[in-house]
Amino acid sequence: MVTVFKPISSFGGGLAIGLGAVLLMLSLGRILGATGILSGTIFAEDREELKWRAAMILGMIAAPILIFLFTGKMPDVNVPISPFMIVLGGVIVGFGASLGSGCTSGHGVCGLSRLSVRSLVAVPTFMATGVITLYIIRHVVGA
Amino acid sequence: MKLLSALISGLVFGIGISISGMMDPAKVLNFFDIAGTWDPSLAFVMGGALVVTFFGYRIVLKRSKPMFGDYFHVPESKMIDRRLIGGSALFGVGWGIAGFCPGAAIPALGTGRWEVALFLAAAIAGFALRRIFAPAQKAAVS
Repeated sequence: MVTVFKPISSFGGGLAIGLGAVLLMLSLGRILGATGILSGTIFAEDREELKWRAAMILGMIAAPILIFLFTGKMPDVNVPISPFMIVLGGVIVGFGASLGSGCTSGHGVCGLSRLSVRSLVAVPTFMATGVITLYIIRHVVGA
Repeated sequence: MKLLSALISGLVFGIGISISGMMDPAKVLNFFDIAGTWDPSLAFVMGGALVVTFFGYRIVLKRSKPMFGDYFHVPESKMIDRRLIGGSALFGVGWGIAGFCPGAAIPALGTGRWEVALFLAAAIAGFALRRIFAPAQKAAVS
């Protein structure tokens, strides 16, 4: 499926993503890592840690609804894969991001901007395996 | 104020994800499809985000502490181990299969699409499996 490359809305959206991360650091002194925030909400170890993470998730979920209220249109979500592949990908994403202590937000945005050595290793690693995996699925298996 | 700050940070982040198009797995998968229907959008999203965090963090971290907290929770570990590399490699495999990552899927839940809920349920199952089969020694997930 061909998608339209939109450099301006991509870059603009990126600026807001960064702003969200900076606001969280300024207010609560926390890294904005979606994996840690989600797993810390589900497998909460104490109430205070649970509360700010749950509030953060609520804000995130409210975002597309707010966009819908202003523009009358939800952001696109086109899922070109089967439910089985969604589950398979989801389990591997959850296991891997949790084991590697971060995903695109934690390592990719917050970690890289702090020049964290761990993130400088993590990001090229997951970008490379993402490209290889997709290449195998689309161009070798031909799904 | 703590909870309101967290809510606003999440909202701003989610609006960014919505505007950037990264809620759409078709666009993310096409970023990986260098040999096919390549869409470089994701690189521009990360570029935009990194410009703000690179300078924003430097300004914020000059403070002695956050506005509503005692100290900055910034990971200091420099350890490159098998967990980091293996976990990141696996994360990329899953991301290349599904086209969703946690940071895009959480806001995408607000669109009400069942595929997003299914992905997140599977990711949470993945967290649980990691806790069972590879329990943390000391480093917490950032």
